[in-house]
Amino acid sequence: MTNQSGAMSRSDAVVRLLAETRSAAARCYQCGKCSAGCPMVSEMTLPPHDIMRLTAHGRFAEVLSADSLWLCLTCETCSERCPTGTDPAAIIDALREAAVLDGRREVPRSIAAFHRSFLDQVRLTGRLYEAGFFAEYKLRSRALLDDIGNAPGLVRRGKLHPLPHRLHGIGEVRAIFERCGVRASDLSGAGHAPAADDAGGAPGGGDPGGGAEGGHA
Amino acid sequence: MARIGVFVCHCGENIGRTVDCAAVAETLAGHPGVAHAEDYKYMCSDPGQALIKRAIIDKRLTGVVVAACSPHMHEKTFRRAASQAGLNPFMCEMANIREHCSWIHEDRDAATAKAIDTARTIVEKVKHNEPLQTIHIPVTKRALVIGGGIAGIQAALDIADGGHEVVLVEKDPSIGGHMAQLSETFPTLDCSQCILTPRMVEAYQHPNIKLMTWSEVEAVDGYIGNFTVTVRKKARSVDADVCNGCGDCLAACPNRRTPSEFDAGLGTRSAIYVPFPQAVPNTPVIDRANCGRFKAIAKGIKKEVCGKCAEACLKGAIDFTQQDELVTEEVGAIVVATGYQLYSIGRAQPEGLTGYGEYGYGEIPDVIDGLQFERLASASGPTAGELRRPSDGKVPQTVVFVHCVGSRDPEKGMAYCSKICCMYNAKHAMLYRHKVHDGRAVLFYMDVRAAGKGYDEFTRRAVEEDGAEYLRGRVSRLYRDGDVIKVVGYDTLAHEPVEIDADMVVLATAIRPQPGIKQLAQTLSVSYDEHGFINEAHPKLRPVETNTAGVYVAGACQAPRDIPDSVAMASAAAAKVLGLFSVAELEREPAVAAVNETTCVGCLTCQRVCPYGAVEAKEIRDRDGNVVRTVASINPGVCQGCGTCQAVCMSKSIELATFTDAEMYSEIEALAFWP
Amino acid sequence: MTLAYYPGCSLKGTSREFEESFLAVTRALRIEMTEIDDWSCCGASSAHPISRDLGVALPARNLALAAEQGADEVVAPCAACYNRLATAQHELGADADLAARMPGILGHSLPPALHIHNVVDLLAAYAPRIEELVAARVDPPLLAGLRVAAYYGCLLVRPNEVTGFDDAEQPATMETVISAAGASPVAWNMAVECCGGAFSISRTQSVVRLGRRIVADARAHGAQAIAVACPLCHTNLDLRQAAMTARGEEPLPALFITDLVGLAIGLSPGELGLARHFVDTEPLLASLAAEAEATATAAAAQESS
Ligand SMILES: Cc1cc2nc3c(=O)[nH]c(=O)nc-3n(C[C@H](O)[C@H](O)[C@H](O)COP(=O)(O)OP(=O)(O)OC[C@H]3O[C@@H](n4cnc5c(N)ncnc54)[C@H](O)[C@@H]3O)c2cc1C
Ligand code: SF4
Ligand code: SF4
Ligand code: SF4
Ligand code: SF4
Repeated sequence: MTNQSGAMSRSDAVVRLLAETRSAAARCYQCGKCSAGCPMVSEMTLPPHDIMRLTAHGRFAEVLSADSLWLCLTCETCSERCPTGTDPAAIIDALREAAVLDGRREVPRSIAAFHRSFLDQVRLTGRLYEAGFFAEYKLRSRALLDDIGNAPGLVRRGKLHPLPHRLHGIGEVRAIFERCGVRASDLSGAGHAPAADDAGGAPGGGDPGGGAEGGHA
Repeated sequence: MARIGVFVCHCGENIGRTVDCAAVAETLAGHPGVAHAEDYKYMCSDPGQALIKRAIIDKRLTGVVVAACSPHMHEKTFRRAASQAGLNPFMCEMANIREHCSWIHEDRDAATAKAIDTARTIVEKVKHNEPLQTIHIPVTKRALVIGGGIAGIQAALDIADGGHEVVLVEKDPSIGGHMAQLSETFPTLDCSQCILTPRMVEAYQHPNIKLMTWSEVEAVDGYIGNFTVTVRKKARSVDADVCNGCGDCLAACPNRRTPSEFDAGLGTRSAIYVPFPQAVPNTPVIDRANCGRFKAIAKGIKKEVCGKCAEACLKGAIDFTQQDELVTEEVGAIVVATGYQLYSIGRAQPEGLTGYGEYGYGEIPDVIDGLQFERLASASGPTAGELRRPSDGKVPQTVVFVHCVGSRDPEKGMAYCSKICCMYNAKHAMLYRHKVHDGRAVLFYMDVRAAGKGYDEFTRRAVEEDGAEYLRGRVSRLYRDGDVIKVVGYDTLAHEPVEIDADMVVLATAIRPQPGIKQLAQTLSVSYDEHGFINEAHPKLRPVETNTAGVYVAGACQAPRDIPDSVAMASAAAAKVLGLFSVAELEREPAVAAVNETTCVGCLTCQRVCPYGAVEAKEIRDRDGNVVRTVASINPGVCQGCGTCQAVCMSKSIELATFTDAEMYSEIEALAFWP
Repeated sequence: MTLAYYPGCSLKGTSREFEESFLAVTRALRIEMTEIDDWSCCGASSAHPISRDLGVALPARNLALAAEQGADEVVAPCAACYNRLATAQHELGADADLAARMPGILGHSLPPALHIHNVVDLLAAYAPRIEELVAARVDPPLLAGLRVAAYYGCLLVRPNEVTGFDDAEQPATMETVISAAGASPVAWNMAVECCGGAFSISRTQSVVRLGRRIVADARAHGAQAIAVACPLCHTNLDLRQAAMTARGEEPLPALFITDLVGLAIGLSPGELGLARHFVDTEPLLASLAAEAEATATAAAAQESS
């Protein structure tokens, strides 16, 4: 997974990440306290303790395709209260990383669009250029009309800058993305629409991404 | 001139496979001072031992070396054989050519060479061995039991019934321990006090039992069979010989707001108090920290404040001037039975524990622990057995019981399972439903651990007959919302989040050892685990002994234990004590250290390093009785033969019998200088 | 000590009133600090789920810049930025492999451990000065009697081994600041519950569901305002509050903790950017002013009689 070593392929990185994650999840004794306190549990098909169990048993096909992974807010309530120190929030983060490296498509569209648009703007300008972000997000999520009512409010309150700030160190930021192996194509093509806010439309984005070998500088 | 016999054992194939035993015997036969050498398949067998005995007699041997397994296994066997043939047993030694040689090597030639070296070093040692005598120690046939819970009471009664005197020391004003606080007991639901109080009274009246309540063990000296124990009898402020237990003083005391320990803080008591009506003894104690008179004295006020209790007492038993008293007791055996305390979920915690912020740190009214529930359910409790919640006296319509709070939780509490709470939770659910027929009893559990005679059936009864609702999942959070307590959980079997509005929540908090246990354990030189539970000498084979000879353990101070387990352990510990008391004298190996008083400079470094406290300073006096100098002196009864003192002595004045300098150097030389 | 200021993207955009309020208050409290030159985004909630390395590297770049520019302490008023900076530093300290590969990723050497502040602990350290300034005012205390629900959310307090906040479940630092400002913190139940964080845009219905409980609980416990220290929480409880409030219910202003301090020490609503909030703060300000006025008149009457 290290970028300096340069040699590790994406699929090797996935294998290694999943092996580490599996042994971390082995601490979990299925008490369900994580699921009990999770703010998103009522919207998840796989509650956090089930994610831990399937991960501990190596059932990655089911885990990596679960949209529950993407519904986690990293609020850390689960990890703070977990009696065994399993740290579900960190495990979920690792599983998401593995899902992206593995080129999984089963990310709820609006969330994939959010992360992708966010990272695109940061890669492009070094900071979150919000106007650009909103525009890109709307296109990617196909939720063109959602939230439209708030736009004038934001503008009126001076909250949307029309132009991005230019960073001197933009080259550095882009290099960081590159060296971390995060590509523009990650998450693109992802997006299914299980939830109400995701209704309609074909998968957004261009290149297929994921799965390919040797994406590291 | 030494005449040593060497006996090389094949241990079947165990040694013979890797070591050429005949070659070892042959080589050793030519070693200076060796008068006889032979090998045999099983030296420990009867014919093997016969070989040794015959050689001792025929060859007039002065020493024996058996090259075989570890001395842990058979040193006793061979020494006994030697002694039967008329040789001093301590002239017989073993050379370990199995664990230290054949089992760990593969190369036969090299292993044989090593076996020869090993046997040779021991031959050289035996040349310097001295005949020694077994040490005999007398036994004081009197026992000390620390802790007057059910375990301590049972141990005391069994020893006393066996005909020996027992001193029973209890730190609280009454014996009884936690069992006195329980309402009814699983798995039979019999009334706790009804079965306990007869035992308490029996202990009180037993001619062989000396009861010391409101007392603590302060110091312990000596060793198995010969302990000297110092007990602090805390000032009771009441003359126990005069008081007739009428209770007039209690009624007179105006300071009535101290939380009652017996009612687990749910009720209050006066400053002068008897913890509960059936207390044994029934003599009150003044709790000086909460008494108006003593508080005034502590503040330096000269005037005599209050004294209402003394005015009310017609017998004149109240004695404000009483002082703590130190009493010395001679005993031969000690049983530790100090029991447990419950984990508190509050903010104040010992090192390594955090409490439960998500459960409100114990600050939400009507979130109580198991012992508090026992008091609410008990006829002698603050609500006279009516189930009313503490905050407003309302009868709770929904009660939630939470399992494993602070147990099985390495992050916030203890990693271990507290073992008894699954059972008492089921009991509590039943008791509640028996008292509030239309109420809901919901239990959040992770596993139901009910391994015991009639135990699983008991928990099933709670479900099937008494309608207890078991939900599998650990509760994430408790918070107060108006009149109810919100219980935020997840049912991992039904796969759904659950939120319950409870009127009362009972937390089954972890069982922990008593505070102060580590200090007591250090006083007794017994070891304890990372949590403070007393360690047994062997987890399977010596469950009631400790690592210090003569000190035994019983009940919940060793691990979470229910009443049947505690009582079984107590009787087992008593059997051990009675066994010890059944002999006239104890035998001990003479492997103890001794000081050469002529060369000792009295630096007493040995005293500081001795882990067993066996070294004392001894004054050497001239004929007129003037102290000329001080030297170290070792108590052979206490010395365990570890050799630490010998290693640190600068003036080389300490010798450990069986491991003298001469013996050790000759071994080393044998290794270093022989070809 | 040299304090660096890491504003983060939100404070320069959708939460610019937080920056206005923060800068006005720190100036008034004479807290000296310098904005990190050429800072970049911390990756917020989008980098770490995609790549742990990226989630650490983006904040680490800013820590490296701060250190290179001579700072030994950093304040990040945005709770999300604070959390990412602190998490990065924590993980770099805990994972030697990660620390070893980081310089190669960053193109900077690994920064030394900095003292990373959030706005709440920074203000708490200045509580005595806040009290002084409140007491020094000629006007009667504006916030006296104002009942405020201190809302921490997730990112300030969790994970506790990273943030080192006073208590993961029942923190009290924000209450200290609220009291110093002369207002009264209320006891309530949702102080550390999650508001839905970054789902404001991508999954608004979740945010509304979670936010509704928070606002309702604050209201039920008598709060007149909710104090926040995070632009995400603020967006969710301010911009989204309309969707959470039932017809006929009074909206509950969500004020930045700096707003409360600012008002207490006499800064104007304009200096604090209060007009940029979605929930109208006017009615609350008016009633506070009226109450203070009444107290002043009563006091004057007392004195003259
Ligand atoms: C809520 C609850 C319900 C329970 N219900 C049941 C049940 O229904 N059935 C069942 O079988 N078990 C039950 N138990 C378990 C039962 O309480 C224990 O098994 C039993 O009390 C253990 O007895 P013990 O003598 O080892 O310890 P304890 O009862 O704790 O007694 C120890 C005694 O030693 C004294 N002591 C402590 N330190 C010192 C010291 N340094 N010097 C002198 N004295 C000292 C203490 O004051 C105390 O009197 C329950 C436990 C709880 C918490
Ligand atoms: S809280 Fe921890 S131990 Fe319990 S189910 Fe969740 S991850 Fe497993
Ligand atoms: S970190 Fe994710 S899984 Fe854990 S409680 Fe928060 S939202 Fe749920
Ligand atoms: S002196 Fe007074 S306060 Fe003290 S125990 Fe006696 S009656 Fe109670
Ligand atoms: S006995 Fe039951 S309730 Fe107690 S710690 Fe063990 S599993 Fe939990």
